[in-house]
Amino acid sequence: MKGPLDYLARWPLRLWLAMVGAFLYLPLLALVVFSFNDSRRITVWRGFSLRWYAELFDDGELVAAFGNSLVIAAASTIISLILGTLAALLLWRFRFAGKAPLEALLGLPIVVPEICLGVAFLVFFTAIVPWPTELPWPLNLGAIIIAHATFSFSFVALVVRARLASFDGALAEAARDLGAGEWLIFRDIMVPHMVPGLVAGALLAFTLSLDDFVITFFTSGPDTITFPIKVYSMVRFSVTPAVNAASTLLILLTAGLTALALWLQGADIAKQAA
Amino acid sequence: MLQRPSQAPGVFAAVGLPPVVWLFALFLAPLAVIWTYSFGENRTLVDIAITGSWGNYARALKPLYLAILLKSMGFAALTTVLCFILGLPVALAITFAGRRAKLLLLVAIMLPFWTNLLIRTYALMAILRTEGLINAGLGALWGLVPGLPPFEPLPLINNNFAVVVGLVYVHLPFMVLPLYAALDRLDRSLIEASLDLGAGHLATLWRVVVPLALPGIVSGIIITFIPALGAYLTPDLLGGTNSQMIANVIERQFRSANDWPFGAALSFLLMYLTFAALMVQAIISRRSAEREAAR
Repeated sequence: MKGPLDYLARWPLRLWLAMVGAFLYLPLLALVVFSFNDSRRITVWRGFSLRWYAELFDDGELVAAFGNSLVIAAASTIISLILGTLAALLLWRFRFAGKAPLEALLGLPIVVPEICLGVAFLVFFTAIVPWPTELPWPLNLGAIIIAHATFSFSFVALVVRARLASFDGALAEAARDLGAGEWLIFRDIMVPHMVPGLVAGALLAFTLSLDDFVITFFTSGPDTITFPIKVYSMVRFSVTPAVNAASTLLILLTAGLTALALWLQGADIAKQAA
Repeated sequence: MLQRPSQAPGVFAAVGLPPVVWLFALFLAPLAVIWTYSFGENRTLVDIAITGSWGNYARALKPLYLAILLKSMGFAALTTVLCFILGLPVALAITFAGRRAKLLLLVAIMLPFWTNLLIRTYALMAILRTEGLINAGLGALWGLVPGLPPFEPLPLINNNFAVVVGLVYVHLPFMVLPLYAALDRLDRSLIEASLDLGAGHLATLWRVVVPLALPGIVSGIIITFIPALGAYLTPDLLGGTNSQMIANVIERQFRSANDWPFGAALSFLLMYLTFAALMVQAIISRRSAEREAAR
C-alpha cells in the first residue's frame, strides 16, 4: 500500500528523478563510453578500442603529471591530517581566550572563493616568499603541497571534531587515574577512537587535492604540471578521446576512493549499532 | 569539562601551535598581502607601491567591471534558483524513500560531487559542442524528415546558456544535500495533518514544508550561491567572450594583464560579497533558532 508520504511511488516524482539523473549522469556516461571509441571523433561510435588508453601511457608528460598529482595529494593529506587533528583536539579539549575567533578563522579556508586563495598563493610564492624553481623533484612541488594542505586541513578538522564529540571523557580520566601520561592516553585511547574520522578526513583531503584545479593553476610553475592542469591544456588544445580516457581513469580512482570511504563509514556505523 | 590552558600548558602548546602558526603564516599572510596590494599601484612591472589609494576599488566599480560583477551575481542567482527547482523534488524523494532507496539516491547525488570539476565540465562540453551529442542527435532526427533545409546546429556552447547549464550541473549536489538534511528533520505528522485536512500536495509543500524547512533552504541557497559566484572553470571553458564572470577577470589581472593591485581589489570585492552572503545566512538561522526557542 502506498501511504500519503510515499512520494517515491508517484510517477511525476519518478519522472523528475529520472530526468535529474539523466542530466547528472548522461554526460559522464558518454565521456566514459567514447573513451573506448576507435575513432578520433567523440560523437560517432566506430567500435571498441583501447588505443586512447595506450596513447595515454605513451605520453610521458601525462604520466609524470599523474605522478605529481599523487605525490601532492599524498603529502598534503599527511600534513592536513596532522594539522586538522591537532586543531580538532585543541578545540575539543580547551577553553581559552580567542577560541571563537579561532574557530571562525579555521572555517575560513572552506568559504573563501578558490580564485581568491589561488591568487593569494600566486603572489605569496612569487613576490613574498619565492619558491625556488631549481629544486629537485618532489621538492619543486612544495608550494602546491602547502597550498593544498592549507585548504584541506580545515575540512579534516571539521570531520575529526565531529568524531571527537562522541568520545567518552571518562575513559581518558580512568587512564589518567591509573597512571597513564598524556602521550599514552593519546596513542592508546584517543587515536583508536578517532580512526574512522581520521580515515574519512584523509580520504576527503586526498580527493580535494586530486580534484583541485584553480588553486594549483595559480601555484604551479612551468615544470610542475599536475594531472588536472595537463588535462586542462589538453581540453583547451583539442577535444580528443585521449582526454576521455584520462578522465575515465580519474573517475575510476575517485569513485574507488568514495566507495572505500562509504564502506569504512558503513562498517563503523554497523559496529556502533552492534 | 573543558580545560583551561594553564591546566595542561604543554599539551595546549603542542596541540595549538602547529595549526595556529600554519593558519597565520600560510593562509592569513597571503590574503593579507593581496589585501595590502589592493591599495597599491603598479610602478613598474614587478614593483608595486602601496599608496593607500582607493583607486583600484573605484576602477572596479566603473560600469565595465560593475557590469561583470552584476552579471556574475545574476548567473549565480539564476543557478541557485534552477538548482532549487530541480533539487527540491529530489530532496523530498530522498527524505521519504525507504532505507535502501535513500542510501542509493544519496550516493547517486554524491558521486558526481566527488568527480573532478574539470572532468565534469569537459563531459558537458562534449555534449553541448556544435558537433556534440545533442546536435548530432538532433541532426540525425532532422535528416529523417525529407524536404527540410540542411540542419543548422543549435548554438549550445560558448554562450551564457552554456555557462548557466554548467553551473547548475556542477552545483546541484550543493543544493540537494542541505535541503535533504533540513527536510529529514521535519515532523512528518505536520505534513500528514495538512494532507488529512484537505490541503493538496503542492499546497502542503508551499505552506507547511517550505516554511518549516526555511533555515535549511536558506543554507542550501547560500551554499550554492557562493561557489557559483566565484566560479572560474565553468565560464572559462563553456562561456564565450561575452560570458566572463568575475573570477575570469581576476585571473586575467594576475596572469596576462599583470595588474596585481587591481586584481587584488577585485578578489577582495568577491570575498566581501561572499561574507555578506554568509552573514545573511547567519542572521536568518539565528532568527529561526530564536523563534524555535520562544515557542
